[in-house]
Amino acid sequence: MKSKAAAYPYVVWMALFIIVPTALVVVFAFTDRSGAFTLKNIQGVGQYSNVFLRSIWLGAIATVISLVVGYPLAYIIAQSDSRRQNVMIMLVMLPMWMNFLLRTYAWMSLLEDSGIINRALGACGLPQIHMINTAGAVVLGMVYNYIPYMILPLYSVLTKIDRSVVEAAQDLGANSRKVFMRVTLPMSMPGVISGVTMVFVPAVSTFIISKMLGGGSNLLIGDLIDMQFLGSAYNPNLGSAISLVLMVLIFICMGIMNQFDENGATEGGAMV
Amino acid sequence: MKTLSKVYMFLVFLFLYAPIAVLVVFSFNDSATMSRSVWSGFTTKWYIQLFNDQMLLVSLRNTLIIAVIAAVVSTVLGTSAAIGIMGMNRVTRKIVMNVTNFPMVNPDIVTGVSLMLLFVAAARFMGNVSLGMASLILSHITFCLPYVILSVMPKLRQMDPNLSEAAQDLGCTSIQAFFRVVLPQIMPGVVTGLIMAFTLSIDDFVVSYFTSGTTQTLPIFIYSMTRKRISPEINALSALLFTIIILLLIVINVRASRESKRADTRKGGAAI
Repeated sequence: MKSKAAAYPYVVWMALFIIVPTALVVVFAFTDRSGAFTLKNIQGVGQYSNVFLRSIWLGAIATVISLVVGYPLAYIIAQSDSRRQNVMIMLVMLPMWMNFLLRTYAWMSLLEDSGIINRALGACGLPQIHMINTAGAVVLGMVYNYIPYMILPLYSVLTKIDRSVVEAAQDLGANSRKVFMRVTLPMSMPGVISGVTMVFVPAVSTFIISKMLGGGSNLLIGDLIDMQFLGSAYNPNLGSAISLVLMVLIFICMGIMNQFDENGATEGGAMV
Repeated sequence: MKTLSKVYMFLVFLFLYAPIAVLVVFSFNDSATMSRSVWSGFTTKWYIQLFNDQMLLVSLRNTLIIAVIAAVVSTVLGTSAAIGIMGMNRVTRKIVMNVTNFPMVNPDIVTGVSLMLLFVAAARFMGNVSLGMASLILSHITFCLPYVILSVMPKLRQMDPNLSEAAQDLGCTSIQAFFRVVLPQIMPGVVTGLIMAFTLSIDDFVVSYFTSGTTQTLPIFIYSMTRKRISPEINALSALLFTIIILLLIVINVRASRESKRADTRKGGAAI
């Protein structure tokens, strides 16, 4: 099968619809409306550094919460017998199949000031809490939408850990905490890393969750880009510059994560 | 410990399913005040209204047309690309695979924005063309392609490379060899790719949002519903979609377990 030619249509396609558009983003980022070269757009991104920081901060919090909540669940699922494992993994994946706009909309009706949670609190005689249009609501929306992306890679790594390695550690006198800290956790690191990237990347670049749950006061990078292209502040050049910075940011994060992964892999190799 | 982990699991699944349950329950809410969270009696009128909503039916039709075309085209193009990539030398293959991975790592919003820039420029070039079905289909094919390639490639790697040569030695033309020998071998990967492309296309909001012009797809329609009017119709829609998804998953699972059983007996037979 030396049929390189079979890939040519695809190569042309990707050149046209991946490489050319990405190049266009770069071109737009470095030109002004008349098409002349300028650095103003890139410099203009600086004035939104607070939005970038907020996006990274909220995305990081959501990632950490997803990890802390998701790890025990993945662990419990991996420990149970195989038929129950399949059912539970199905249950984790099922909400992902529903459109995320609808899932986020559901949280709107739960978190509203006159929403279901506040009504329930009121019925119990408890004081009401203002939840919608806060940064907390945005983080909640991120965790809710992306936690399956954390649980699934963790689970697939945890089920692959050889039971006899854990038993060997126990035989050699490690208590359960030690077994977890020195055997299970290090061996599940690849899952942690892919889970963290799979949650962090969409969380940082989201614009719908912040729009629906954060009101107008919790702008994220995605909202900023949206505003430059389809919103009130129409300016595709600045929008491209912001997109370019976001893209570079994501690729740097991925690079750092991959570095960790490689280290983990070599360490794992050394251990064996 | 056992009960503790059960309680924990219950709480996480409560978190995952409570919003969906709320959506479904309130789709039957007969509320005159249009409030999202006060129960005032049972009705099915939202479902009836939903089926009379012309906008919804049009957007549903658009979504299905786009998904079918995008899935079929990306599967054909992607499968042939996977075969071609296998025949490439190391360096070219690495470059092509990096371009293939790019849209999967790149934030959706940047992909959407970059394609929008391309289509807007192309539309201006061609005169008075506006974005719509054509740009949606092209962009959906683009983001589906990598997933098809990544599900076909492993099957190609598992296959004995001599098989297709053997078929050609026995008198097949290379096209016959592909359809009679290679394709049946990689069929599971091709089908997985097709299903993935179809579901990705149906569910996509972010890329469509930037490349749709004024054309509505189902996710875009849902988005405009959450923005403009607070109507329990949206709950009815979610409940319907959720039911369809569960039914589909049950069908797929039953089929998969039947197939794995068959594979087990086959393996058992071979062992004997």
